[in-house]
Amino acid sequence: MNSLTPSPSEFSRRRFLAQMSAAGSLVLMAKVTDAQTTAVADATATDADLFNPDLFVAITPDGAVTIVAHRSEMGTGIRTALPRVVADELEADWERVTIDQAPGDNRLGDQNTDGSNSIRFFFSRMRVAGASARTMLEQAAALKWKVPASQCQAKHHRVHDTKSNRSLGYGDLVSIARTLDVPDPKSVKLKDREDWKYIGKDVPVVDLDDILTGKAVYGIDARMDNQVFAVIARPPVVGGKVKSFNDSRTRKMPGVIDVVQIDGFNIVPGFSPLGGVAVLADSTWNAWQGRDALEIEWDHGANASYNSDEYAAALKESVSKPGQSMREHGNADAELEKSRAVISADYFVPHLSHAPMETPCAVADVQTNASGRVTSCHVLTCTQNPQAVQQAVGPAMGMNPKDVLVNVTLLGSGFGRKSKPDYCVEAAVLSRQFGRPVHVTWTRSDDIQHDYYHTVSAIRVDAAVDDRGRPTVWRQRAAYPTIGSTFAGPAARSPQPWEIEMGSSDLPFDVPNISVEACQAPAQTRIGWLRSVCHIQQNFAVGSFADELAHAAGRDPLEFLLELLGDDRHIDLGWAKMGNRGASADDYPYDIGRLKNVTRRAAELANWSRHRSLPKGRGLGIACARAFLGYTGHVVEVEVDKDGTVHIPNVWAVLDCGTVVSPDRVTAQVEGAAIMAATHTRYGEITFTNGVADQDNYDSFQMAKMADSPRQIHVELVKSNAIPAGVGETTVPSFAPAFCNAIFAATGKRIRKLPLSRHDLSWG
Amino acid sequence: MPSINVNGKSRDVSGVPNDTPLLWVLRDHLKLTGTKYGCGISECGACTVHVDGESVQSCVTPLSDIGDSQVTTIEGLSEDGDHPVQKAWKEHNVPQCGYCQVGQMMMASAMLKSNNNPSDEDIDSEMWNICRCGTYPRIRAAIKTAAKEMQSK
Repeated sequence: MNSLTPSPSEFSRRRFLAQMSAAGSLVLMAKVTDAQTTAVADATATDADLFNPDLFVAITPDGAVTIVAHRSEMGTGIRTALPRVVADELEADWERVTIDQAPGDNRLGDQNTDGSNSIRFFFSRMRVAGASARTMLEQAAALKWKVPASQCQAKHHRVHDTKSNRSLGYGDLVSIARTLDVPDPKSVKLKDREDWKYIGKDVPVVDLDDILTGKAVYGIDARMDNQVFAVIARPPVVGGKVKSFNDSRTRKMPGVIDVVQIDGFNIVPGFSPLGGVAVLADSTWNAWQGRDALEIEWDHGANASYNSDEYAAALKESVSKPGQSMREHGNADAELEKSRAVISADYFVPHLSHAPMETPCAVADVQTNASGRVTSCHVLTCTQNPQAVQQAVGPAMGMNPKDVLVNVTLLGSGFGRKSKPDYCVEAAVLSRQFGRPVHVTWTRSDDIQHDYYHTVSAIRVDAAVDDRGRPTVWRQRAAYPTIGSTFAGPAARSPQPWEIEMGSSDLPFDVPNISVEACQAPAQTRIGWLRSVCHIQQNFAVGSFADELAHAAGRDPLEFLLELLGDDRHIDLGWAKMGNRGASADDYPYDIGRLKNVTRRAAELANWSRHRSLPKGRGLGIACARAFLGYTGHVVEVEVDKDGTVHIPNVWAVLDCGTVVSPDRVTAQVEGAAIMAATHTRYGEITFTNGVADQDNYDSFQMAKMADSPRQIHVELVKSNAIPAGVGETTVPSFAPAFCNAIFAATGKRIRKLPLSRHDLSWG
Repeated sequence: MPSINVNGKSRDVSGVPNDTPLLWVLRDHLKLTGTKYGCGISECGACTVHVDGESVQSCVTPLSDIGDSQVTTIEGLSEDGDHPVQKAWKEHNVPQCGYCQVGQMMMASAMLKSNNNPSDEDIDSEMWNICRCGTYPRIRAAIKTAAKEMQSK
């Protein structure tokens, strides 16, 4: 197995197809018309412009197999995992597989590596593609040997005659196979699960050696011939504009080549640049120093009134009043009015920044003709979604998006930041204006000061409880600026149904009266999606409040939680007004049995019952969530020193994400999710003063490190034959409530407002 | 400064302003992009290299500080990617996105040189690098594996 490390001169939209066809290879392109059916075609016999493949598989006459990876690698292992699925069905020898990273191309199907979708969307498609190629190789052998195809069996890169000892290597069969019709996908026989040799088995990711030797190429390392480096001064307040600027100091500084002003967005941020003044230089550092020497007068615009303390108060006020109904059954308001036992809590989660280790970076080469019209545009970047880069850069260059060539490097993590290609548009705009390739690097300060922030939220929950402390009413109101505001502008003023569904309207509890409401919260900064999105705040509220009710009732939190979840059943998605991430209820039911199972199993692994005998200062907390169609149960163990220092010696996480392709990489995602959620919970907070973010680097926007992360994370993956669900975002949501529930158990201090760093947790 | 010694070779840096951080000299002038930028304020450790065998954050080390010192980057840590930390990182499948791991390995290899039997507390205090993907438990395990190999040598 190899990976092609792309160099810019090699990149061409048709390079792969042209090279492979010329080499007399079997080249297959697969198209999935819907989730169930796949059409596979001979690439050489098809006009590539008319056929929409989801992937390419090619086998050359020497037997080498190339599989195109069309999703971005940002640490999940997807660039290895999906080709492994193809290779398994193809009965290919993994050592003879080369992986080629695809450019942005809408003929490849969805390339947005986001939403925990990659395996879910492409598992069955990859299987059909691999199996189609295998079937053609078996048919080719049958023709050559003049025996029935049923007598020919592919195994480990050879086709064997089951009635004799003869066999042929894949390379020897290519010349015949490529003349055959591609089989009807419905007729293709997929391997039985017990015959899988790669799916469900671990292998090092294809990029591992490059990563460990410093050879891996990320966006910040991407280079084009004759490029210059750019660092940009952006408006300190979102929506601000340059009034005037003085670059006389900058232009005298070493290495500075030019200073270029760029326009910002108009009303709707979308993926347009924020605008500002760029300094172009012969190195990143010289551009950065030149940028810092600019004297700029800004018109800060309307968002200069954004102050976090005032806004938090406004959010709390917003959820004190009824909002737009997002789910209702029974009569929550009337029952609350009648009840003499009402328990209420207000939760708050601040803005967060993605802060990926690699800041946003892109290099673009834009060519123009004599009249200034753009004739070509090539972007090389760390993006989760090269098609979004095409869609954003195309109009800015006056080009058809499909004509923008976008190649994808490795990503120094993404978490959703790198599916928003404003930085790619900046590079293209500068290259067009300057006439040479321009590499834009965001400094860490740029990254944290100008993010598409995770929203800021207030959530209020009111419950009426019966004489045994069980809720008869659960009313949940949420107010937070919507991601929709980034694309629809100020008109989008309250959470959208798909956001509310992430932890509010998908409430799994068996309660007779439920009301979920979305309350007003106009945006005053760019709002974006961060790994696990609105589950972050909504499952924090739900998981914490369930624990509050258990303690109010004097019950064991685990037993109470299981009782709240109720009987094993499938929740009616229509009744709960759930979109289910576009998945059908048949494929992905909301299965309370699976949710209870992961919860119980996490408790078993943690030896939950010992929580009653732990001394003060130590505690266990539990929570669970269904998110991105997968199920997680978390138990967190804390030790809180008398001075309030919090340690996390152990975390138990049980994930049920259906069929698993790469167990070790899935386990790594669960580990990483716990640590990322520990960072959010302990320290995560972006605040604004007069529209400007108060945090600007890792010293003020703190990360959990080795010493303050969970010491041991015990992960169990539920063995399941169910179709694959999400992973990357699935296991973030239940960590924070389990963590804070553990702190309550240890100290008696209930955390309703994050982050923990704002609280005095000392005791004794 | 006309030249500096990087990975055992004299490299020409004439014309580079003396106050340029070593990080950008390595990355942009010498095209050694294995060393990564993360914060620029010595807060994350992504840019860690060795200067005369000690771990140093290249993002806050001006070129003028290097003098005759020997600089080692990931490109020079081992001949074939076979330093004990690189082997241990592979054995434990440590990296997710991989971006911070070069700095993690440079930090760990410098620590292990002076302390080949680090306790958990040593690892907590010496390994202050940031990993946003959350690979800390595997880094801890890999350091212990690498330490064992280094002890047996």
